[in-house]
Amino acid sequence: MTDLEKYTNVFTELFAKSADEVKKLHYQDILEWDSVGHMTLISSLEEAFDIMMETDDIIDFESYEKGIEILKKYGVSFDA
Amino acid sequence: MTYEEVLALPPFGVAREEKQAMLKEELLHLTQYHQAHCAPYARMMDTVGFSPRRVGRAEDIPFLPVRLFKEMELCSVTKEAVFKTMTSSGTTGQQVSKIFLDRETATNQQKTLVRIVSDWTGRSRMPMLIIDCPSVVRNRAMFSARGAGILGFSIFGRKKLYALNDAMELQTDAIRAFLAEHAGERILIFGFTFMVWQHFCKALKAAGERLPLENAVLIHGGGWKKLAAKAVSPAAFRAALQEVCGAVEVADYYGMVEQTGCIYLECEHGHLHASTYSDVIVRRAADFSPAPFGERGIIEVVSLLPKSYPGHALLTEDEGIVLGEDDCPCGRKGKYFKVVGRLKHAELRGCSDTYAAAFK
Repeated sequence: MTDLEKYTNVFTELFAKSADEVKKLHYQDILEWDSVGHMTLISSLEEAFDIMMETDDIIDFESYEKGIEILKKYGVSFDA
Repeated sequence: MTYEEVLALPPFGVAREEKQAMLKEELLHLTQYHQAHCAPYARMMDTVGFSPRRVGRAEDIPFLPVRLFKEMELCSVTKEAVFKTMTSSGTTGQQVSKIFLDRETATNQQKTLVRIVSDWTGRSRMPMLIIDCPSVVRNRAMFSARGAGILGFSIFGRKKLYALNDAMELQTDAIRAFLAEHAGERILIFGFTFMVWQHFCKALKAAGERLPLENAVLIHGGGWKKLAAKAVSPAAFRAALQEVCGAVEVADYYGMVEQTGCIYLECEHGHLHASTYSDVIVRRAADFSPAPFGERGIIEVVSLLPKSYPGHALLTEDEGIVLGEDDCPCGRKGKYFKVVGRLKHAELRGCSDTYAAAFK
């Protein structure tokens, strides 16, 4: 499994949406991704990639797309 | 200045002259902003004869009594833009405050909290023990101040453990396992004052248990009134805690749902500190004129954060004393103060006090 697949899986499992659906998601777009869901998402990603994100990055993590950009800082590689 | 620019300033590094000039300017902008966007607020400003020309300092900005948010729906954005409504934790029969948040203000609240609390906890996130039950954040539709407080602070936690189950029983075994897993790490403990007292401190003592929390920092807030009624002073609270969990570092905080984000944390000298992004003004009850440092009066809180609702200058129902400015021995700039109690006749309210009402 590539890191991108792993990343997408965290979203699809947590929010029970298809891979195509989660790719367009923004924070607060769906009920599940509210402030509670956000902290669960962050913990799940930290566990999946064994990283610890900084508080500023947790706040800036406002969409699926933006998350990819942020996780690159922590050495997660999204190259195909 | 944009709020982003304000927030870029160090939280406790702006001295009086610069801070007061900025506050006056930005509070004035907020007042005019809310006049233009919130009709009931505009009418109130007309009634008090507000004129920007008469504002020479931050103290001249008209304040609203915090109680008004219980009686009126005050909102400076369209209904469509409101994405979260926060309520104070009122018990049955009490009216609750309703605070309307749009995305911008909600995000700024979290960012502000991070800026302030990081000054105490550092930048790295810690294993976090939450002295509450998991169900407090489970009902997402109804967000009480207690749930919001826990959630806001969750950002500082890496792994999290709720110390209580939904029957409010202390999960001592789970806590011991959690502490063993994170041995040698600094632990963050968060909870509301009454919860920490009733369900942590007293529960540990009753069970004859001690937890190794020498390397932990406990941040608690939400009101002292109920503990004061039980004759538990802050010093006794701290002593009882250290008896059951070692030399844990303890920091109280003062804050309210009407100005979420801008909290006032207690330093190692026992002083509550105003950050760069907000301030406290103590007023005399007789004529609401600002009281000099050292004099007891009613606490007003001002904040540059509230944009989706007109809550930038609020007269609380608490009494306090400003002790000084820029010269606390802890080195933080800004005013430092203490809260001495609740105004007589004010309703019993506060996150932990509300819950405590059930414990009479």
